[in-house]
Amino acid sequence: MEAYFDNAATTRCSDGARDVMVRALSEDYGNPSSLHGKGMEGEKHIREARKNICRTLKAKETELVFTSGGTESNNLAILGAAMANRRAGMHLVTTKIEHPAVSAPMRFLEEQGFSVTWLDVDRDGLISLEQLRESITPETILVSIMYVNNEIGAVQPIQEAAEAIREKNPGALFHVDAIQAYGKYSIHPKKLGVDLLSASSHKIHGPKGAGFLYVKEKTKIKPIIFGGGQQKNMRSGTENVPGIAGLGQAAKEAYEMLQEKQEHLYQLKEAFLAGLADVEWAHPNGRTGRDSAPHIISLTVDGVRSEVLLHALEDRQVYVSAGSACASNKPAPSSTLQAIRAGKGALESTVRISFCPGNTLEEVEYCLGVLKEAVPQLQKFSRR
Amino acid sequence: MFKAFLIKYGEIGIKGKNRHLFEDALIRQIKYALKPVEGEFQVTKEQGRIYIEALGAFDYDEALASLQCVFGIVGICPVVLAEDEGFEKLAEDVAAYMDSRYPDKRKTFKVETRRARKSYPLTSMEINAELGGRLLHTFPELKVDVHNPDIMLHVEIRKKINIYSETLPGPGGMPVGTNGKGMLLLSGGIDSPVAGYMIAKRGVKIDAVYFHAPPYTSERAKQKVVDLAKIVAKYAGPIYLKVVNFTDIQMYIYEKCPHEELTIIMRRYMMRIAEHFAKETNSLGLITGESIGQVASQTMQSLAATNEVCGIPVYRPLIGFDKQEIIAVSEKIGTYETSILPYEDCCTIFVAKHPVTKPNLKIIRRSETHLQEKIKEMVKTAIETAETIIVEADMDP
Repeated sequence: MEAYFDNAATTRCSDGARDVMVRALSEDYGNPSSLHGKGMEGEKHIREARKNICRTLKAKETELVFTSGGTESNNLAILGAAMANRRAGMHLVTTKIEHPAVSAPMRFLEEQGFSVTWLDVDRDGLISLEQLRESITPETILVSIMYVNNEIGAVQPIQEAAEAIREKNPGALFHVDAIQAYGKYSIHPKKLGVDLLSASSHKIHGPKGAGFLYVKEKTKIKPIIFGGGQQKNMRSGTENVPGIAGLGQAAKEAYEMLQEKQEHLYQLKEAFLAGLADVEWAHPNGRTGRDSAPHIISLTVDGVRSEVLLHALEDRQVYVSAGSACASNKPAPSSTLQAIRAGKGALESTVRISFCPGNTLEEVEYCLGVLKEAVPQLQKFSRR
Repeated sequence: MFKAFLIKYGEIGIKGKNRHLFEDALIRQIKYALKPVEGEFQVTKEQGRIYIEALGAFDYDEALASLQCVFGIVGICPVVLAEDEGFEKLAEDVAAYMDSRYPDKRKTFKVETRRARKSYPLTSMEINAELGGRLLHTFPELKVDVHNPDIMLHVEIRKKINIYSETLPGPGGMPVGTNGKGMLLLSGGIDSPVAGYMIAKRGVKIDAVYFHAPPYTSERAKQKVVDLAKIVAKYAGPIYLKVVNFTDIQMYIYEKCPHEELTIIMRRYMMRIAEHFAKETNSLGLITGESIGQVASQTMQSLAATNEVCGIPVYRPLIGFDKQEIIAVSEKIGTYETSILPYEDCCTIFVAKHPVTKPNLKIIRRSETHLQEKIKEMVKTAIETAETIIVEADMDP
């Protein structure tokens, strides 16, 4: 049996997404900017994708910018908002558990003279609305908070955060990195009070190399890529038609029977955690109930280093992710685990298990069996 | 503008009656190095020099870079070839050469002619004088200095006329294949690829062995070792890399022996297995990247303890090098960036907090007796199941 439990890293492209991409590559290969019929066919794919995605977001079709993926969406939101609004203020707010695609552009802006407040999180990885309120000043132009944390699956109170921001400084923009949340939750940015929202295609069974940024109408941001003026000048460069078509199809599929899928994911997660309740060497990080992300489990395994466990599982066709990248000559402990004040053991010995709706309870059982066999074996040979 | 290279090879010129063996090996290595280079080349030996002529268009930079990896080459002179169309034409060609190579003419020079083709109407002394005079006339800023010139302008009258004045450095050493073969213990670190490079530089062909410990070391760690071997192969030629699964042996030692002796005992078994392969494939010695005192397993006492199990010589070219010196070589040969990729190697995973630094041979031997029951069988299995990868510099990933 094989169990691919690394769906927060990337997912298998769905057959539907693949088929529409093949059409866009082989038949409707025209450049959407070309005036002839072939160009029209390319453009049609983009329109279709736009329509499908906007339906899931309850957004207007003018509020979507296609990008090369989540990283670019986050960069465009943060750098674009900072550049467009720096006259209004030079202060930004974010959290200590953001993905590098948010924290790195933030740090770049710090070098450029902006000041950034990095919000703490509690042991479950949740921000404090109180601290958020205190951090916002009249100088604040942007707040960026991730929806679902990619390492431990913590879900932030986005709507409450939006209200807090509005209350303290109605001019400040609110960006949400929803890369691990889109396709798992029903997300309506306007209702949530979100101005900018990033998502990625390959986390929802679409192809790699595509993503989008939702930009609420009348939100002031500047482009970060310049050129031929495509996508109303917000993102120059010939559109990645096959990628966008695949993303659109994947988004549509992700939101079909969302409730059922979400329920299924929670059942997998609960079965997995229940299966480990009787061993004393496994400790989940953060919340594990239905107030946490349905598809992510962060698990610390006593006495076995992440990388070793990962390879041992791999030998039995179970694929997970090392929750903390920790190698002998370049220790780079996870900033999320540090932020939730996980112990040294957790920093060295955490793996992430992440599901997709295609995973089954049998796979979970199989993985549990493999874990229970491999871990005691590996613990015998830990560093003494 | 350059159409040929003249190859200078210092050391091998003095090898007496064996000289032709060294020259033939050098030619073979040059041809091997030029194989992946765009263009066609003719490599010939004439009158005590090796001569490479490009037949048609070729990539000059690539050819030069490849030649600079061939051990045995001391200097590479890029040569301009001119047809013999009379002395007037030669004088023009020489002036054009000087003009394009040396835009700043405030230099001293000397013309050095060799007349290999004795039918040429002027003698070499006459050519020297005449060309020198004309150059002085054309470029009044030039000055002659026959003792210590800035520019030594060589003109060689052969079938075609060769003009050159620059010598670019080669790597030195001796052509690979002229000094037998050695078995390199290759890890994923900085030192061992450098050790392989240095021994290959003395003309030794290299085979290698890598100890793999899945799941404690990953496929990526193995890929990294193959990548390092590929870089060394640029200099040393194709490398037969043995990949040995070492997990069971390592676990067994871990279980049966005192933890602080683990690394020493492990290394003793690595040496034994490497020696087995060396003998099997006619390698005359083992090669390691050890340097005295760098880590606990490389103190004089530890080296003695690992050395004891070897019946063939162990060559340790880095023995007196500091880490910074080793890094400098690895940067020069291009292995450093790959070496520092962060994957576990099997020497580091179970390292004790306080490993022995002055192992006592008697105690180590006694600890090894705890392994009696299964170790022979395990070593045998490790040897039998080893994978062989033929690593070439230009192989696909």
